[in-house]
Amino acid sequence: MKKVYGSAAEALDGLLTDGMLIAAGGFGICGIPELLLQAIKDAGTKDLTFASNNAGVDDFGIGILLQTRQVKKMISSYVGENAEFMRQYLSGELELEFNPQGTLAERMRAGGCGIPGFYTRTGVGTQIAEGKEHKEFRGETYIMEEGIFADLSIVKAWKADTTGNAVFRKTARNFNPPAAMCGKVCVMEVEEIVEPGELDPDTIHLPGIYVHRLIQGTHEKRIEKVTTRPAA
Amino acid sequence: MPSDIKATDTKASDTKGWDRNQMAARAAEELEDGMYVNLGIGIPTLVANYTGDKDITLQSENGMLGMGPFPYEGDEDPDLINAGKQTITELPKTSYFDSATSFGMIRGGKIAAAILGAMEVAENGDLANWMIPGKLVKGMGGAMDLVAGVGRVIVVMDHQNKHGESKVLKACTLPLTGAGVVDRIITNLGVLDVVEGGLKLVELADGVTEDELRAATEATIL
Repeated sequence: MKKVYGSAAEALDGLLTDGMLIAAGGFGICGIPELLLQAIKDAGTKDLTFASNNAGVDDFGIGILLQTRQVKKMISSYVGENAEFMRQYLSGELELEFNPQGTLAERMRAGGCGIPGFYTRTGVGTQIAEGKEHKEFRGETYIMEEGIFADLSIVKAWKADTTGNAVFRKTARNFNPPAAMCGKVCVMEVEEIVEPGELDPDTIHLPGIYVHRLIQGTHEKRIEKVTTRPAA
Repeated sequence: MPSDIKATDTKASDTKGWDRNQMAARAAEELEDGMYVNLGIGIPTLVANYTGDKDITLQSENGMLGMGPFPYEGDEDPDLINAGKQTITELPKTSYFDSATSFGMIRGGKIAAAILGAMEVAENGDLANWMIPGKLVKGMGGAMDLVAGVGRVIVVMDHQNKHGESKVLKACTLPLTGAGVVDRIITNLGVLDVVEGGLKLVELADGVTEDELRAATEATIL
């Protein structure tokens, strides 16, 4: 089965519907599927819900879809870097479901593993626990969190072979594997597509079974906060 | 090494007792050789400067163990950031993993300690550091997972807010990050432990009397 597509728009063709739930990889703007997000902007798909740790910055990442009002709801752990997000949220234009970061990651992983719910101590006694099932295990209270089953996953890896076996680079891995796992369909963008056999099978981070469509492209890879130390 | 990490904000606090760096140095005394530790943003980041010869491995919850110092100018790598989204470097002992694995080790109790900032701490160990209703809606990030999962939670913060009101309270007024999760509080005025029935004074900061600390504290000090 052919997984490699010529462009982000081609790779998303037939997959986008208004109101869908999309799981997106990335942490801040590190390791985000920037080409696929741009293609979703160009496609004009509306009323989207994103499960994504962050909402990008004003003019990069998911931020570009906030500018065009294509996002109805965010499921995120931290949205502090995006002024337009704040404005839309405080004015009631945008729904926001805060998830603790580890709960969000595990919800994606669980969804991808066919686990509809799991128990965690995270958030017990806080407003996150309100309305959720509480259960005692070994004398401790846990709350139930549900797995995320997304309509579409969009992720970014460093390299993949044509069958979708993927390798990530440094902390750009972050939410990409769990996000990839939890979608009915996963579209991945990479910096380089290679032939099968060129990646060491022992070093594959995400097996190609999770990846349905694949594109290679040039990434801006913007840095959110440049911090340096003085020269030695 | 981690001790080379320099945070951007090293300005001294103008309040009584320890300044930010002295608070960080005191917090570093909590860390033992061989520990895996998560440091929050702000004063906790400075703790890495004071770990001395101890072999401490810093976790960055976006998917890294063995966080190194900031890069030299020109060496910044967009694929290598910490949980505060700052550019950092790796060490020979560094490992990378995905976010689910990262919080698996946090939730699973593998991280020995987290040193975090706070807006409010209560005498029962409640912690509030993620939200001011109607004002600040940035999100909890990984803080709720950390305080629920790590072995020991140490809060480092100014004892009072900028209006001179105690941040060490009988009960938190802000939405909680975790209930009954804090083990030790290190402020500019001293060190307090959360124990049955209230807080126990462990240590006074340089030049601070017990009366001064008690007067600046709303919480019950036993």
